[in-house]
Amino acid sequence: MSAALELSGLSKRYGKTWALEDCTFTLPEGRVCALVGPNGAGKTTMLHCAAGLLEPTTGDVRVLGRTPEPDEDLLSRIGFVAQDMPLYPSFSVEEMFELGARCNQRWDGDAARERLARVRVPLDRKTGTLSGGQRAQVALALALAKRPELLLLDEPLASLDPLARREFLQTLMEAVAMDGTTVVLSSHLVTDLERVCDHLMMIRDGRLRLAGDIEPLLREHKILMGPRRDRISGVAEVVEQRGTDRQMIALVRLDGVVLDPMWEIRDVTLEDLVLAYLGDGPSDPGRRLEAVNG
Amino acid sequence: MMIEFRLDPRTGVAPYLQIAQQVKNALRLDFLQVGDQLPTVKEVVGSIAINPNTVLKAYRELEREGLVQGRPGIGTFIVKGIAGPPPNAHLALRRSLMRWLKSANDAGLDAEGVAALFESAMRDSIEEETA
Repeated sequence: MSAALELSGLSKRYGKTWALEDCTFTLPEGRVCALVGPNGAGKTTMLHCAAGLLEPTTGDVRVLGRTPEPDEDLLSRIGFVAQDMPLYPSFSVEEMFELGARCNQRWDGDAARERLARVRVPLDRKTGTLSGGQRAQVALALALAKRPELLLLDEPLASLDPLARREFLQTLMEAVAMDGTTVVLSSHLVTDLERVCDHLMMIRDGRLRLAGDIEPLLREHKILMGPRRDRISGVAEVVEQRGTDRQMIALVRLDGVVLDPMWEIRDVTLEDLVLAYLGDGPSDPGRRLEAVNG
Repeated sequence: MMIEFRLDPRTGVAPYLQIAQQVKNALRLDFLQVGDQLPTVKEVVGSIAINPNTVLKAYRELEREGLVQGRPGIGTFIVKGIAGPPPNAHLALRRSLMRWLKSANDAGLDAEGVAALFESAMRDSIEEETA
């Protein structure tokens, strides 16, 4: 399967600050990828690099097999919705569509209008007078009207109420079902992401912490609860650990079978995984559990 | 549409299994029958906002079990029903469960202990089934 997005050693520096450092990542076509990380982790910078809006300081970005920046034909195959849902406030929705039709070679305005009608967005209203949820739907419809092969969405859910979030994701998933669009979606709202995303890219302090298909990631991570131990066989990595002198709770990555019957083994949710990897790692490192192979 | 789905994020059951179970329950309760068409992937994701692959996986699972059949370009159809257990089966199972509960009680397990044991045994048995 070919890659929709490929980062190799991607780094971006603003002045003296490295916003992204040495990120290497491959996103196969057709995936819906959650881009997760705390504020200031570099999510927006990464999306801007992928959209061809920023040039990497070092390293390489390839979108649909090509370098994004100077390539206009390629840009027409990428959809990008910035964080603030940029629309011209004095334009009506219909006028935004006319503008889109003139600026893009590939344009499917009819499907987009139909989508908006279904979520009750009036086409004759000026975009500046629409609600946040309606503006998000218009921005998404405009991006989807390009029939993009890769769609990049920067925090599209952040300002939406739960109903608007659900409607936004319904529209997005319909487009994925129909066109097989690859999507990268940055967000904090892990419970919403869990339903729609099948791939994960997690960054912290500009570095990639964890990436891959979500299902295998959830399968190989477990929460262990039980008496304090210095080592447990079957554990490849301790991601997070807390507890007392006697008892401990650890989120671990397994590479074998935990045979010790004293341990209760629980499945992890995407939220458990995200919080564990974004945390500072096992506290009290002097007494941390050692990973034992085999 | 013959059936709509609902996902419960708190059960810990994988979303694709929840969808497959809801189809099977509908077959058991007879409000889905042989010949009925399942909603299209687009209809499902447009209604419950989940990843299309989750729906495909659920339908593939049902196909593997021989309950539905995908017809390319047309849709996914029910080809086999699930016969419910004979009427006496519930009663007999209930009796043996009551006997088991009594022995658990005699062994000193309280209601919470029974629930925890049952849940973990269920998990193991589901894992064995799907393995």
